[in-house]
Amino acid sequence: MAAATKIDPMHQFQIAPIGSETLEASPFLFTNSALWMLIVLGAILVFMWGGFRRQLVPGRWQAAVEGLTGFVDNITRANIGPEGRKYLPWVFTAFIFILAANWMGAMPFAILGAHPFTVTSQFTITGMLSIISFAIVLGVGFWKHGLHFFSLFVPKGTPLALKFIVAPIEFVSFLVRPFSLGLRPFIAMFAGHILLEVFGNFVVQGLNAGGAMGYGVSLLAFVFVIFVAALELLVGAIQAFVFALLTALYINDAVNLH
Amino acid sequence: MELASAQVIGAGLAAIGVGAAAAGVGYVFGSFLQGALRNPSAAGGQTGTLYIGFAAAELLGLMAFAVAMIILYAR
Repeated sequence: MAAATKIDPMHQFQIAPIGSETLEASPFLFTNSALWMLIVLGAILVFMWGGFRRQLVPGRWQAAVEGLTGFVDNITRANIGPEGRKYLPWVFTAFIFILAANWMGAMPFAILGAHPFTVTSQFTITGMLSIISFAIVLGVGFWKHGLHFFSLFVPKGTPLALKFIVAPIEFVSFLVRPFSLGLRPFIAMFAGHILLEVFGNFVVQGLNAGGAMGYGVSLLAFVFVIFVAALELLVGAIQAFVFALLTALYINDAVNLH
Repeated sequence: MELASAQVIGAGLAAIGVGAAAAGVGYVFGSFLQGALRNPSAAGGQTGTLYIGFAAAELLGLMAFAVAMIILYAR
């Protein structure tokens, strides 16, 4: 039986310059994260431009693009109201970036010899997205309502005695929101890719070990990997949807202060 | 106790949280179905709320899983 090598599922999340293994202490490096962000951007541009033909009767491609934009437009309109149109550009940007990055990272490019990198599996990326969302929330809130925006922390109709308890709780809950918003897509991608890596390694190690036991484990792990990969596509879409939905809800808090 | 065995035990304990989150996700969808079957016409408008509840419950399970993996593979 071949000696089992130690599985290292964290290696896939390593950011390094192209063609190197370690990150040097220089801010000007073209890393794999940057490369895959550009690839994601290219994929989004190709997809969107393909749908910009403005035919009266949309073809398949245009229908796909219109369905996606209409879906996000519906999220903002249902949650923010008629004013939601103004915030559609950011909500759609975040939605399609997270969606495309999640799906590009889950594609089996490794068969072609490339090393796919899931951009959203780094908290720096999703954290920045959630910080931008909260900059919009705070900016809009203070711009529209001034210091009256602080009444966000006191729900309407709270009895005076309860106000002193509810306000700190609401305040803490507001402070935690950017973290949970950014943490969610990151953790989902992180956990899913660890799972894929660990069970992918089980397939290889089972084949190396040989014997009925080894091949059986290998086959089971292979079936499991297929299901997890399908689940990963679903989770990638749900996380993008949830990010857009929560962003719209938080902006709604700022726009329509109760 | 050796560090390696402590890591494995700790990762196993941390993975309990994934099961708890599974119960939470099941409860979210189960409650939604209970309500939706009683009033199907109102169900369509509540899918957004459903996914918020799902995301909140799922996040905790994923965090438990990530903690387990970090404990298991940290050195």
